[in-house]
Amino acid sequence: MNRLARKLIEFKNYTFKYSGASSPTLSNVEFSVEEGEIVVIAGASGSGKSTILRSINGLIPHIYPGEYTGEVFVDGLRVKDTPTFELARRVGFLFQNPENQIFMFTVERDIAFGMENLGYPPDVMRKKTDWAMKLLGISHLAKRSPSELSDGQKQRVAIAGSLVMDPRILVLDEPTSLLDPKTALDVVELVRKLNADLGITVVLVEHRFELVAQIASRFVVINKGKVWAEGKPEDILFSDGLEEIGLSAPPIVHVEKGLVNRGADIELTLDVEEFAGRAISAWQR
Amino acid sequence: MAAIEFSSVSYRMPNGVMALDDVNLRIDEGELVAIVGGNGAGKTTLLKHLNGLLKPSNGEVKIFGKSTRDSSVAQLSREVGLVFQNSDHQLFSESVKSEIAFGLRNFGFSESEIESRTEEVVNYYGLAEMLNRAPMTLSGGEKKRLCIATVMAWEPRILALDEPTVGQDYLNKKRLRDVVSSLLSKGRTVLIVSHDLEFLWPFKPRTVVMGMGKILADAPAEKIYLDSELLEKAGLRQPQLAMLAKALGRDRPFSDADEATDWINGLILKRSY
Repeated sequence: MNRLARKLIEFKNYTFKYSGASSPTLSNVEFSVEEGEIVVIAGASGSGKSTILRSINGLIPHIYPGEYTGEVFVDGLRVKDTPTFELARRVGFLFQNPENQIFMFTVERDIAFGMENLGYPPDVMRKKTDWAMKLLGISHLAKRSPSELSDGQKQRVAIAGSLVMDPRILVLDEPTSLLDPKTALDVVELVRKLNADLGITVVLVEHRFELVAQIASRFVVINKGKVWAEGKPEDILFSDGLEEIGLSAPPIVHVEKGLVNRGADIELTLDVEEFAGRAISAWQR
Repeated sequence: MAAIEFSSVSYRMPNGVMALDDVNLRIDEGELVAIVGGNGAGKTTLLKHLNGLLKPSNGEVKIFGKSTRDSSVAQLSREVGLVFQNSDHQLFSESVKSEIAFGLRNFGFSESEIESRTEEVVNYYGLAEMLNRAPMTLSGGEKKRLCIATVMAWEPRILALDEPTVGQDYLNKKRLRDVVSSLLSKGRTVLIVSHDLEFLWPFKPRTVVMGMGKILADAPAEKIYLDSELLEKAGLRQPQLAMLAKALGRDRPFSDADEATDWINGLILKRSY
């Protein structure tokens, strides 16, 4: 990360309590995301991950009311003072279930929906829709009904619908959880590509750490509404205490840590094949 | 008697796609069977045949010896509890309490029985403190437990879970495993449709691999998990412990991370010290 990178998202001593809740869901949250990063928000169920995502795109406090203290800034804008349509231009949001955000009769209409709402001229909509479909490899589905598509295709349509708005930030809430492992890997690879080629900053929630560890620049771990740790994927996944906060590192981490505890001198890796290779060469030495 | 029996079952979707193609499957009472495969393999279609939500285009599905053609969905649901992948499709009441009561009331349980069964399941599934909450406000893990609790309240003999681990964290998965174990110990028949092979592994279940509406394999997990070619074909990914075993030339997957550690420590790294 170069030192000039600017903070695109900033949580400053942020606390939020939903209306009617007895205690805050997030307390004194403080972290930032720099431009160009892929940050994974990790945490057990109910730890406050989705609340963090909603605080980035302005659903909180504009749609979900509550007690809001501290600050959240997105692309220099104070979220609580910025209308959601302004935020929607900057932050693309992808739900776990694409069906929750796909509702038009054809794929291309669906992708253009956000632009229509913001009053884009028709020729611009056409161009951007075509561009996004091409980028995501779904041009051949333009006239199809989204309801006929596979889950992986639906997720791509939902992503395309976000991309046409030229977001600087893409926020994804468990984008692969409904997908089979092979399709999930495709989507993860797509996210990496959008980040690398378009420079889109990504914030995502994902439970299957082994899927995203390879593409993430950083993990921010949330426990009971507070930031528990943040750091590089390897540092977080090899750290102790994850299970105490309801998380589990991939099995390979347990194997390697077990070996280290018995005095083995191995270089840690999250890659199974790489680890197996190192184990075998240790044996051959 | 088989709990579940599929005989040459085919199901053609309205758009002409064969979602099930000549499926033959017999599951005995008390068995745990994992149905695995990629998106669109036909797993959910298969589950929907269990309680008659779908009827075969060809062939026959029998639940405890009785064809699903001869029973209503309501009758079959008494025997087969289906828990859908997306909890939001299953939850619609204004409170946790009324959600659980709904099914029981439909099955004609008395109000006092509804009350006692509700109390029992909310305690068991850790929902007691949320009785009056709206289901939509629960977390993903809580919703999933509520869906299972709702079904288990009327004690069906067969429980079928569709992708139960989706969106669930480690603790919830552990809890789910405990739920499955306890159901098995009570002699219930459990079907789990999943692509989460890591979750299923501790059970070492009989594993049915599906692809394109067909059964591609039906064998113990130990065998299926090492077959990376088959898994790939089915849109799955080999679990890390199986991948590791294979990369190290071992003929069966490691049972757990500790076994892998022991094995590598004992046979390989020892030599380098």
